[in-house]
Amino acid sequence: MNTLRNLTAKFAAINARYREPRIEMSGAVRFSLLALRVYLLALVALMIYKFVLIVTQG
Amino acid sequence: MNFFARLYYPLRKAWKAVGLYLVIAGPGIVVMVADNDAGGITTYAATGAKYGYHLIWFLLILIPVAYYVQEMTVRLGAVTKRGHAEAIFDGFGAFWGWFSLFDLTIVDWLTLVTEFVGMTAALAIFGLPPWITVVAVIVLMAVIVLNGRYWTFEKLALLFCALNLVYIPGAFLVHPSVRDILRDGLIPNFAGGFDGQLFFFLMANIGTTIAPWMLFFQQSAVVDKGMLEKDIPWGRFDTMLGSIITVVVAVFIVIVTGTVLPGVDIDSAAQAASELMKTDRYVGTFLAIGLFDAGLLGAICISLASSWAFGEIFGWAHSLNTKIRQAPWFYATYFFMLVTAGLVVLIPKAPLVLITLFVQVVAVTLLPAALVFLILLLNDKATMGERCNTMRQNLIGGFIVVSIIVLSTLYGFSVLFPSLFK
Repeated sequence: MNTLRNLTAKFAAINARYREPRIEMSGAVRFSLLALRVYLLALVALMIYKFVLIVTQG
Repeated sequence: MNFFARLYYPLRKAWKAVGLYLVIAGPGIVVMVADNDAGGITTYAATGAKYGYHLIWFLLILIPVAYYVQEMTVRLGAVTKRGHAEAIFDGFGAFWGWFSLFDLTIVDWLTLVTEFVGMTAALAIFGLPPWITVVAVIVLMAVIVLNGRYWTFEKLALLFCALNLVYIPGAFLVHPSVRDILRDGLIPNFAGGFDGQLFFFLMANIGTTIAPWMLFFQQSAVVDKGMLEKDIPWGRFDTMLGSIITVVVAVFIVIVTGTVLPGVDIDSAAQAASELMKTDRYVGTFLAIGLFDAGLLGAICISLASSWAFGEIFGWAHSLNTKIRQAPWFYATYFFMLVTAGLVVLIPKAPLVLITLFVQVVAVTLLPAALVFLILLLNDKATMGERCNTMRQNLIGGFIVVSIIVLSTLYGFSVLFPSLFK
């Protein structure tokens, strides 16, 4: 139980330490990160689609 | 006499430079040669068997591609003194940091499984049961990393890199036609026309040249080695030499299978080695030894890439210059990854083919992110100062990164939907 609490505290500390991105959020950086999010979401959607295909088609 | 006297000083200077390089040499060569891992050897063997010497020119193009990407990690590591995982957390916040760390762990673990598949298959050719290979590899890797010195690890890794050159004498043993290699291999051409299958092979070769773990490994290795900004030129040279060696080895593998196994469909490097055994015992043996060595080097670097990343983020001691008592979590992560991946190979009827395919798909989710972060971090003037990317570096690096993202994504698609490229 203690280990779990320590681990949770560790995660919380890491999240707090890196809460704000240090890099300057210029237009190019914002655009790149947005494009990356869209790309990753599309990829995950494609993988889920493939998974559904495998399950439904046996 | 005067001539020799004049020659003495330049020679002494050159010798000193070589001596200095041997001290600095390491991360670039190790990461590049380790990139020719079990999966890479399989890809090159299959490429040679399928297209003969016709794609050698394409492999040569991959030298600058690999160099430009990895060179950025050298600069980033030497300037920030931070590994790639920490740089992402710090630069882009916890969300992207956790995403990268989580993805890296999955990709690394799955890739480790494929390295064990390669190593057990390679030694099975000599009649060694898989469990002995797994145990021997874990013990050997423990010996390599537990000596408490980064320097010793690196020099041992370089020794295994040298073993990777075994494909070169292997290629000479099959007596390829130099005229054919020069005629078919060096002039850009697409044998049999540009079709879906050829495109698949081109993508597979690019996919094996740049892997996500390489970015994390080299940057962390640069930090652990203690390289400074003044060492960057040597780091660049090291990376360039490594990228040349890795492609040269790939070319020789293509020559071996292109000469001996033309038209044979190769599914794994172990299959290629077994096929070669039938025609030439020595060449088959070389390929099997090379495959084992490739898997071993890959396994060493991949497991270290993860352990370094975890250490950076969780604040654990994470250096190979520490003893196991000083950095227990660092070594625990290393061996946890290693032992669990090794055990998977020993599970009867484990879905190893599915794992091999899944590695490529998951890697596609991490590689674009890691490359985009790399370019953005290299443009952060506040941190990089005068080591920031120049316009020229951004244009070259940007072009390479976009090309890799597009091609590796298509490669991921082709793995998910094989009929797309047939």
